[in-house]
Amino acid sequence: MATLTAPTRVATEDKKARRSEGWSRRGPLLPALVFAIIVTQLPFLLTLWYSLQSWNLVRPGSEQFVGLQNYADIFSDSTFRSAAWHTILITGACVGIAMLLGIGLAVLLDREFVGRSVVRTLLITPFLIMPVAGALLWKYMMLDPIYGIINWVLGPLGAGETDWVSQFPLSAIVVALVWQWTPFMMLLVLAGLQAQPKEVLEAAQVDGATGIRTFVFVTLPHLRRYIELAVLLGAIYVVNTFDQIYMLTQGGPGTASANLPFYIYQRAFLGFDVGQAAAMGVVVVVGTIIVSTLALRLIFKSFDIEEA
Amino acid sequence: MATAVGTAAQFRHRRHPGGTVATIATWVIGFLFFFPVLWMVVTAFKQEVDASTDTPKIFFTPTLDQFRGVFDSGFWPYVGNSMFAVVVSTILVLVLAVPAAYAVSIRPVEKTQDVLFFFISTKMLPVVAVIVPLYVIAQRIGMLDNIWFLVILFTSMNLPIAVWMLRSFMVEVPGEVLEAAEVDGAGMFASFREVLLPMLAPGIAATALICVIFAWNEFFFSFILTAARAGTVPVFLVGFITSEGLFFAQLSAAATMAALPVVIAGWVAQKQLVRGLSMGAIK
Repeated sequence: MATLTAPTRVATEDKKARRSEGWSRRGPLLPALVFAIIVTQLPFLLTLWYSLQSWNLVRPGSEQFVGLQNYADIFSDSTFRSAAWHTILITGACVGIAMLLGIGLAVLLDREFVGRSVVRTLLITPFLIMPVAGALLWKYMMLDPIYGIINWVLGPLGAGETDWVSQFPLSAIVVALVWQWTPFMMLLVLAGLQAQPKEVLEAAQVDGATGIRTFVFVTLPHLRRYIELAVLLGAIYVVNTFDQIYMLTQGGPGTASANLPFYIYQRAFLGFDVGQAAAMGVVVVVGTIIVSTLALRLIFKSFDIEEA
Repeated sequence: MATAVGTAAQFRHRRHPGGTVATIATWVIGFLFFFPVLWMVVTAFKQEVDASTDTPKIFFTPTLDQFRGVFDSGFWPYVGNSMFAVVVSTILVLVLAVPAAYAVSIRPVEKTQDVLFFFISTKMLPVVAVIVPLYVIAQRIGMLDNIWFLVILFTSMNLPIAVWMLRSFMVEVPGEVLEAAEVDGAGMFASFREVLLPMLAPGIAATALICVIFAWNEFFFSFILTAARAGTVPVFLVGFITSEGLFFAQLSAAATMAALPVVIAGWVAQKQLVRGLSMGAIK
């Protein structure tokens, strides 16, 4: 960054030239900026406005200003509260487990061995599979009570014909999500491992540190930034999970596995309640802003590291 | 010195048998992660009777019947929609993002940090928070079930990733290269085209590939805003279950074909995947 700003010249030019230069600099940025503002910010302003209305989607003209009534309604709605709780639970479990597995796999892959690139290719595949297809194959190929592989493998242990998806809906969703997100975590941690200076590790070995001690006291502190970045980026995607829940459980049985995105979809497009759906959307945004402010700081920090 | 070398050698020696165990473990875990995908592909080549058995069948006579069945149930129009939305949105993303990345890296505008901050914050806005107004807008202007509406949404979904990723490629361009271009008296556009573009081509290709991966797999917008006319491949896959009932083998064939393009693209782009997924923060 520093090397790139250096050759720009400003000092000798008069004000007018500087202003036109300013516009020639800003010009290339404007189309993208204007596009992003129109497509993302305007709809959100509308969401804020809708959240103050009582409005049935299929009855045009039913709009009515109700102030903060929708917010009062959703916070007294036990389904909303349980959906919020499921969102936190699913995101926390998925990101946590996927990260632990990801670190383990990254350490295993950060070695020279026969077929390393083949194994890495196998491992990243779950992340590339279309999430809808991934959810399908978990529901029907793996977890189906009669034909699923899981029950066939666990059969000798007495699993019988357990219907995983309806008996343990949240766990089934987390399993499918962990399967998808472990490669993401693994790739980011692996990049961190490969960026670690080899001399430091050799020095630790020469000093007689064991593999585990080296990992805990030398490697983990180095990986911290990478892990934080991966956790926060992963969390931002996983909070929005819709595909797996729609495909695996439809939020059921009842509302036992509905998260906020799924519940908002239900309120808006099956219950036609625009106002409440919008109010829930606003609540999700407020929650996300808190988390993402943190995430943004970290991303900027990571950049500083890379470019130093 | 001699003892230090001795310790290091001992360490390497001790690590060797552990290395074999770790290698086998890595292979086994890699296979386990891949197994559901493998099983899906295998099932796609079975007859329905071979697919629905209490004990999974490993040996069977492979058939292409299931793929034929999927083609016969109207797969191609959805593929066409997906291709159109993915290609057009990716081109739009690049047209918007390349100049924008240029403006935040090569000749930086004031408040570059704020601009970057804004772009990434749009990525963090949960899509569920804007889906209701988007649906209402689409309904009012007659754009429901219209592929162009998806093109615009895919573009806005990938734009922040592309700006950040391209920026990470552009800051790597050596300052002397740019200086040389300016000394020659080349204009901004000419210097960009003559000097920068050839250097950035691999980065632009990698960015495009990441955009393609995300757009092809997108389900939420497509599911809510399109139906029979502008539906994309994931929408087909979901509709396939409800309209066809539960046929394991045919479902596997449909899922295999739906997932295949991106899996191959991702395998090819492995090296660039990390940079795309971390929005350029990690190389």
